[in-house]
Amino acid sequence: MKKSMLVVLMLLMVLPFVFAAGGQEVKADTAKQDVTEIVYWQYFYETKKDLMDKLIVMFEERNPDIKVTQQTFPYENYNTKVASSVPSGQGPNVINLFYGWLPLYIDSGYLQPLPESVFPNARIENEFFPLVEAAKFDGKYYALPTAVRSLALFWNKDLFKAAGLDPEVPPKTMDEMVAFAKKIAKTDKSGNYLQAGMSLELRGQMHHVVREVLVRQFGGTPYNADSSKVTYNSQAGYDALKWFTDLETVHKVGIPQYMTDDVTAFSAGKMGITIDGSFRLGNFNKLKDTLHYGVAELPEMNGVKSNFASFWANGITSTTQGKELEASIKFLEFLTSDEVMAMWLPAIGELPAKKALALKDEFKNDPTYGPFIRGLEYAQATKFLDENAQRMVWINAYDEVVLNGKSPKQAVDQAAAEEQKVIDAYYAK
Amino acid sequence: MASRPKFSVERNKQFWAYIFLAVPILFYVVIRFYPTLFAFYLSFTDWDIVSTEMNLVGLKNYRELFGDSVFWITLKNTIKYVVWGLPISLLLGFVLAYQIDRVKTGDGLYKAMYFIPYITSMVAVAWVWRWLYQPVPIGVFNNLLSSLGLPTLAFLSSKTQALPSILATTIWADLGFQMIIFLAGIKAISPSLFEAARIDGANEGQVLLRITLPQLKPTVVFLLITGTIRYLRIFTQVMNMTYQGEGGPLNSTKPLVLYIYDNAFKSFKMGYAAAMTVVLFTLILIVTLIQMVVTRDEK
Repeated sequence: MKKSMLVVLMLLMVLPFVFAAGGQEVKADTAKQDVTEIVYWQYFYETKKDLMDKLIVMFEERNPDIKVTQQTFPYENYNTKVASSVPSGQGPNVINLFYGWLPLYIDSGYLQPLPESVFPNARIENEFFPLVEAAKFDGKYYALPTAVRSLALFWNKDLFKAAGLDPEVPPKTMDEMVAFAKKIAKTDKSGNYLQAGMSLELRGQMHHVVREVLVRQFGGTPYNADSSKVTYNSQAGYDALKWFTDLETVHKVGIPQYMTDDVTAFSAGKMGITIDGSFRLGNFNKLKDTLHYGVAELPEMNGVKSNFASFWANGITSTTQGKELEASIKFLEFLTSDEVMAMWLPAIGELPAKKALALKDEFKNDPTYGPFIRGLEYAQATKFLDENAQRMVWINAYDEVVLNGKSPKQAVDQAAAEEQKVIDAYYAK
Repeated sequence: MASRPKFSVERNKQFWAYIFLAVPILFYVVIRFYPTLFAFYLSFTDWDIVSTEMNLVGLKNYRELFGDSVFWITLKNTIKYVVWGLPISLLLGFVLAYQIDRVKTGDGLYKAMYFIPYITSMVAVAWVWRWLYQPVPIGVFNNLLSSLGLPTLAFLSSKTQALPSILATTIWADLGFQMIIFLAGIKAISPSLFEAARIDGANEGQVLLRITLPQLKPTVVFLLITGTIRYLRIFTQVMNMTYQGEGGPLNSTKPLVLYIYDNAFKSFKMGYAAAMTVVLFTLILIVTLIQMVVTRDEK
């Protein structure tokens, strides 16, 4: 009895190796038929993976000599996974990276520049939204997106109605947004929020709003032209942080991490207004029976409109050479084609990266995608070098004011010094 | 048998014992010792995980460390976790064990109840407690306070309450372990000692102070050593109870291990992170050595 158990156990241990060996043989077979195999990496997001599977079938039908294998990894440790695969020399040919991570991978020589012959700079800059320039280093483009994302204001129509506001009219200016939020916010006798007026979630998208929207609306710029110097330690920056912390301390329209985070609170119908990305439409649409919301462009202030845009871009790794490189370039051309972009929008909720396509009337005037697309025209893509650290400085600046009682000026100056250190550390290499 | 006297049954047994032991030793050398030594080397480099080259930078990482205010905050937090958390959990663990030892019926149930948190995944424990600590309308604690008409507490979003809140969770989860070991220690005390004391007319307090506690010294030393190391390496709780593991607000809950993790796997400063692990290693080594000396005196 015991012996037979042992045999079964040993078989179990050996079997995976047998299968692994089998898998390798299949690969060898396809190589014989002169098929170039390339590997594509992206993080796991169900709709993205499913669409990519379909796109790969389309691509392989048109290019029978190329086989694309998609591998996905959990979002939470995708960056770590990619980074730790670099020293081992194992990895994909074409890879999907967040634009904020590009400096690290370009610097280390992990990505190769896109060939000028296929992707000339002039054409990229003519066709794509200008924010794609965040993927340009030393005059060369290293990655191109299929889709871009921007921010918009989401409002809960039921809460608007309950607060005596017109459920079809979103706030047009920042001040109006605060006024509306004050009407929606509800507290009990001891000041606990039963319902929040608006999101204060710097940990979500609000740090982008402070950095790229409020600072500009108060007449400043967050960084200098080549993003090597922090410039929000100015009156505009102080005003922006004061305006934002006043939401909690003076206007009492909500608190950070209300109901753990803004997405939960808005989904639960406990938050009147939030600012979030187009990628969130998928989450909110699933709740459309209980959550009745509208989407609008970000409110303006002092006549200034601004927005934050970001993107995931596809690049080619440096170790990809010869036939694999040719195949990878073809695949990248396919992924950045109008055809794929048009499929991407309804399936994923991310916006076409090319201006001509995105600004078509059917997209631009769409009630849900429209505000995001119109926002793209005046959107900024912050050139992040260490996004996590750069987000933390604003979260800490907020806490310094609200929890530590520092003045917005002190807090912003401290944040600017810390962020400058992150930037300097990068350029010192 | 007689023809091979050198390979007696005893020798043979030993030979196979060494063979079997070689496997875990090999495992330890490859998986534990080699990376540990490599971390020492890394701490003198500027490696960023993705670069192919590792440049030796001498003591630069260590110098930077001494000027890094967040490093000092996290070190202080780590020490707070140990000096506040460990004594409380030891004391509570002992009180529980002492009381359960005196219970005649249902002690198995009590033991199980207090031990279950220890075998529950720390990630699950952390998330449940994170929800318990939320403000109204989600958090159970604050809903309770609010329904009693008392002012609510900020818990995890307060600079001063966040660390004790996380510590409370840790102690709660840790208690079962301390209790079981104390209980084993108490059960191992020879009953004749108690009998002799009773015959001499010692009261309960005297028995506790003169017999139970002194006899438990080896148990306490063991729990102190393992507990110190466990509390010095605190990570999972803070990672899961603060938003995206930021160790906030304002780094007030961030332990050293979490700061190491941030540097290594979020900012990819491997050399800098390695320098911090060396500091932590030294700290654990010193604590262990001191405690080993104490135990040797005991013998």
